[in-house]
Amino acid sequence: MNPQTLQLICFYAFSFVTVAAALSVISLKNTVHAVLALVLTFFSAACLWLLLEAEFLALALIVVYVGAVMVLFLFVVMMLDIDQEKMREGFVKFLPVGLIVAVVMLVEMLGLVGVRAMNAHVLGENPAVAAGMSNTEWLGHALYTTFLLPFEIAALILTVGVVAAVALTLRERRDARYETPSQQVRVDPRNRVRIVKMAAVRPDEPTASQEPQP
Amino acid sequence: MISLAHYIVLGAVLFCIAVAGLFINRKNVIVLLMSIELMLLAVNMNFVAFSRFLGDVSGQVFVFFILTVAAAEAAIGLAILVLLFRNRSTINIADIDSMKG
Repeated sequence: MNPQTLQLICFYAFSFVTVAAALSVISLKNTVHAVLALVLTFFSAACLWLLLEAEFLALALIVVYVGAVMVLFLFVVMMLDIDQEKMREGFVKFLPVGLIVAVVMLVEMLGLVGVRAMNAHVLGENPAVAAGMSNTEWLGHALYTTFLLPFEIAALILTVGVVAAVALTLRERRDARYETPSQQVRVDPRNRVRIVKMAAVRPDEPTASQEPQP
Repeated sequence: MISLAHYIVLGAVLFCIAVAGLFINRKNVIVLLMSIELMLLAVNMNFVAFSRFLGDVSGQVFVFFILTVAAAEAAIGLAILVLLFRNRSTINIADIDSMKG
């Protein structure tokens, strides 16, 4: 078997898994199973990218999506107590509409793309290898020269994301007592204690009428 | 022999599955977020394919940025979801109507 046929077989196998997993993401009843199906979708998509020799992005997809984002999804799904049955209401009602819209969109896209014209582009030589580099090096050269400013902005966006996520979910409990150092520092003694100057007096002598007489 | 058409068609199919998912899961916010992730995956698939077949590095750099932004989006979206569930005890879209939109 020549390598090109093997490539084609691998492509069809991985894309079949990708599409089947994507279909189960949107149709599975249990949300936890849907998240696991999405993991499978991303994993087989990463395999497809490996076929295109985009190794860095394929591994980044697995590390970032399967490793981080999907685990976050799983945490949230398991943390929330969701009524699965109630969430399924309207599934059958909207199924025809969804199918019609999806099929019409697919036909339009395929007509627009022009499958026959695209077939002219066959897998040529790897441009990274042609430049005498590995895929990661090729990407890194572009990222740290031409796209340096967008790269820094991407880092900023991630920082904003972290701060926003923490700020949104931070909960201040009303029933617990906290020390707030900034308020403690800003305290003015005059608000707490008032010193009054007055002459010393003796307490009144007990009167005879109030004393019980033996 | 793999051609560009294979990957473009696969991207289109994934995108349409995600759109159908948005339609048929109109109650569950989590599945809606997952459909959006699927859409981003379809777009990334096109970017990588074009980058490889046309020999231009910009497509793969763009996928890198999309991954970054999608990670931030997922984190903030899930944070909002947790906040919503804490305050309203539901994530059903039909029940979230306090803004009378």
